[in-house]
Amino acid sequence: MTMPANSPRVGVISFPGSNGDHDALNALQMDVGLHTRMIDYRETDLSEFDAIILPGGFSYGDALRCGAIARFSPVMEPLRAFVDAGKPVLGICNGFQILCEAHLLPGALLRNATLRFHCHWTHIRIETSGTAWTANLSAGDVLRLPVAHGEGAYFASDELVEQLEVNGQIVARYCDAAGNVSEDANANGSVASIAAVANDRGNVVGLMPHPERATNDLIGGADGLRLLRGLLSMAEARA
Amino acid sequence: MTETPAMQRWIIEAEIMPKQGVNDPQGEAVLSGLRSLAFDGTRRVRVGKLIRVEVTAGSEGEALAEGTRMCERLLANPVIEEFVVSAAAIG
Repeated sequence: MTMPANSPRVGVISFPGSNGDHDALNALQMDVGLHTRMIDYRETDLSEFDAIILPGGFSYGDALRCGAIARFSPVMEPLRAFVDAGKPVLGICNGFQILCEAHLLPGALLRNATLRFHCHWTHIRIETSGTAWTANLSAGDVLRLPVAHGEGAYFASDELVEQLEVNGQIVARYCDAAGNVSEDANANGSVASIAAVANDRGNVVGLMPHPERATNDLIGGADGLRLLRGLLSMAEARA
Repeated sequence: MTETPAMQRWIIEAEIMPKQGVNDPQGEAVLSGLRSLAFDGTRRVRVGKLIRVEVTAGSEGEALAEGTRMCERLLANPVIEEFVVSAAAIG
């Protein structure tokens, strides 16, 4: 795949215990066609990047709480500055947990209500196109993506959920294939069926399902591309 | 003349529990296990964690304050957990 000259540079942070880092890197390089590079968790200069992804996995063996220790990695200070500058950051699965623990996203992720590790395909309904990562999608779009998590039940207090709703920070909800949100479709027991949230500025998004593992029909689905290709429109916007 | 309190070793215990209103599926699973064992009077179970930290501090108050700061900043997640800190002198 040829990359447009103005293709944005997207970094993927590899923490000790990340396991979705290569999936994300390969998806961005091979299936989306972007300039990417793995970022070591000890790096402190992120100036070359236009967007950053925190991948899935089990950083620091999930010690204490998922994502609680990764928050102290050297790369997290420059990441905070990157976020403050309004640049796009996406946390997938464990990346979502890390962003919550680092207070870069509201809420927390709890053990699945079933107490089981969930590894299956699911559907999510996009709730807003008002974030950096969903700008080329529309509210109501349904994506079919895989999940792989033990602690994926999103939690926020009732007041916080209401505030997220009012501010348009609920980015996606678990739903059925037709886009209906129901308790049946909300397998892990997330509050308000929330599968993805954004910070108040909309440049940081955390998402429990794995778009980087759904970028080619050969591996069961390509809906993840619809989300990750948003990075290409960022490039067009810059051109 | 003010005396500097002698530094002493303390064991701080932080008892961390899921907040009221936060789902605790582990607690529910343990509850159904206890009922299966015919502990019929069992009404409710919550599962949390206990973290012991050994510190050096000049007084119990100092040790407790240190433990509270540890919970606020790392040991507990205030979004989902509440905590109680205690301290006991050792040695």
